[in-house]
Amino acid sequence: MVNTKEKNIYQAPDKAGRFGEYGGRFVPETLMPALLELETAYRDAKEDPKFVEKLDHYLKDYVGRENPLYFAERLTEAAGGAKVYLKREDLNHTGAHKINNAIGQALLAKRMGKTKIIAETGAGQHGVATATACALLDMECLVFMGKEDIRRQELNVFRMELLGASVVSVDQGSGTLKDAVNEALRYWVANVSDTHYVIGSALGPHPFPEIVRDFQRVIGVETRHQILEKEGRLPDAVVACVGGGSNSIGMFHPFVDDTEVALYGVEAAGSGIETGKHAAALTGGRPGALHGAFMYLLQDEAGQINEAHSISAGLDYPGAGPEHSHFRDTGRVTYTSVTDEQALEALKMLSRKEGILPALESSHAVHYAVELASGMSSDEIVVICLSGRGDKDVMTVRDALKGGNGHV
Amino acid sequence: MSEITKAILEARESGGCAFVPYIMAGDGGLGRLKEDLLFLQEAGATAVELGIPFSDPAADGPVIQEAGLRALAAGTTLKAVIEEVKVIRDDVHIPIIFMTYLNPVLSYGMAGFANDCQEAGIAGVIVPDVPFEESEPLEDCLRMNGIDLIRLIPLSAPEERIRKIAEAAEGFIYAVTVDGITGVRDSFGGTTDSRLEQLKEMATIPVLAGFGISAPDQVRDFGRTADGVIVGSAIVDALHREDRELIKELISSAKNIAVAAE
Ligand SMILES: Cc1ncc(COP(=O)(O)O)c(C=O)c1O
Repeated sequence: MVNTKEKNIYQAPDKAGRFGEYGGRFVPETLMPALLELETAYRDAKEDPKFVEKLDHYLKDYVGRENPLYFAERLTEAAGGAKVYLKREDLNHTGAHKINNAIGQALLAKRMGKTKIIAETGAGQHGVATATACALLDMECLVFMGKEDIRRQELNVFRMELLGASVVSVDQGSGTLKDAVNEALRYWVANVSDTHYVIGSALGPHPFPEIVRDFQRVIGVETRHQILEKEGRLPDAVVACVGGGSNSIGMFHPFVDDTEVALYGVEAAGSGIETGKHAAALTGGRPGALHGAFMYLLQDEAGQINEAHSISAGLDYPGAGPEHSHFRDTGRVTYTSVTDEQALEALKMLSRKEGILPALESSHAVHYAVELASGMSSDEIVVICLSGRGDKDVMTVRDALKGGNGHV
Repeated sequence: MSEITKAILEARESGGCAFVPYIMAGDGGLGRLKEDLLFLQEAGATAVELGIPFSDPAADGPVIQEAGLRALAAGTTLKAVIEEVKVIRDDVHIPIIFMTYLNPVLSYGMAGFANDCQEAGIAGVIVPDVPFEESEPLEDCLRMNGIDLIRLIPLSAPEERIRKIAEAAEGFIYAVTVDGITGVRDSFGGTTDSRLEQLKEMATIPVLAGFGISAPDQVRDFGRTADGVIVGSAIVDALHREDRELIKELISSAKNIAVAAE
């Protein structure tokens, strides 16, 4: 929402919430009045200078924006090609980009007179961000989390509880992120009059993909003016990881009309696309409807949704948002994938070279960007969206590296 | 007149209300589908709502979720259900209505699905994750094959919206009695009755009440205002436990309602 002055030629979604053929509102009738109400309230808030000012205030003084666009000199040296910059979303309060959306939506919900917030979470990042926003704005917060994820992310559960949120264990299905979304939707259907669902990525029924994108656009808007200030020109390539697609769409969107800027979305290839154990919906899936939207999905021949697999809990989702699905088909963004192993290598590399421990999610983008930069010339520029910090992943990384002797 | 509408009106005229049980196709294996359908027909069901299992049933409560997972574990697919219905259709005389989430239909192909449903003698289709705004492509495909798209109307919806959906409805209107998901409930909101009456007055086709109805006295209560009831979780659970007596009792509670009201 910060500084939306530049003109966009690309306009989406349309009135029906479609990005090309993707998106829409595939939800039970009971939710439709709430979605229509949300859309009206959002359009209204966007035009209200008081709302924009309030959001900007929190983004600046509470989240700590704007965060730096950092020239990673030693990483650049190691890549041996293009100059590599890092957009430091990891320096935000709570350690990732998720807070941009959580605060925006919580403010919107409050303005709509809702008293209760629900959210889903996989690793806990979005859950923590939402719990944080709810503490800040004095709202009741309920976070749905798969039983399996609760086991894997005990500390984040405690963190959310410290912040005053209640965490609901979801036993249904496989007990992971997609089941948490299902359960959050079920709860919302039953409590729609006083509750707002803060969805954690650029997913779900219209207008959620648009709202989440708009609240995350601040990443790209800042990056654009920062690189112009530092280099006097736009980057040649921008790279971001894609789970549901929120940090990437926020980063990409302000560059969509700048056709000279190549955009790369990096999905999680898990153990490798060919093994079937991955989370790469855009690279290895096909279109379908889930959680309210028509989008690329991991599914079997009969249309049953497959489990996603990734070392990074934040990328462990079987779909990729509707706007990305559209950009995949139009070719405006190039989607690729990076394995667990490659992401771990990149995590170690950035830690050693720059003293920055990236989130496992962001490490996927780092790996691809380094590879990309190494094939480019030294007067070219690559920007990586460093979506979050890796402190939350230290245990996972230790376990993964234990294949050897437990040392790095 | 639609086959479903006709069956409901007949049930109404014979002094009771329509009773539509929901069962999960493939729960216990597709091999028992014929036996289950014949049992329900014999017990006096007006029509049957046949659920297609889906991995992510976001509109369903625990009972139907678990039945769906059992059916999927038994290898049930939409294609296999359609094939099985084709085989047994001649023995089943009551209308069969599919209840399926959208994605299996998209995967099948919408036009092919509608065509194959027609060949299998399916009378209607309910898709809980397709609201009014998204319904046109599906409605077109089904209409070309003479199949009703059954629409859900939450009684909590704004009046204007209720009217809009009611005007487009075919077969019957599925009045959603509670804000929430499928499952067993002890009580309903205080305004449910009056809202149901309002919807009845507006509607030009029968109105059936569903979601949460699970006991004979609830069937009788709703059957006084609505033209019939849909009972899901209680039936699915009883079939799973092989408690056929409970199902017979539920279905017979829908008979002679007009008499009971006098
Ligand atoms: C640090 C970080 N990056 C990326 C993601 C992936 O989500 P998205 O694709 O919505 O940005 C997550 C999700 O939890 C995350 O925590």
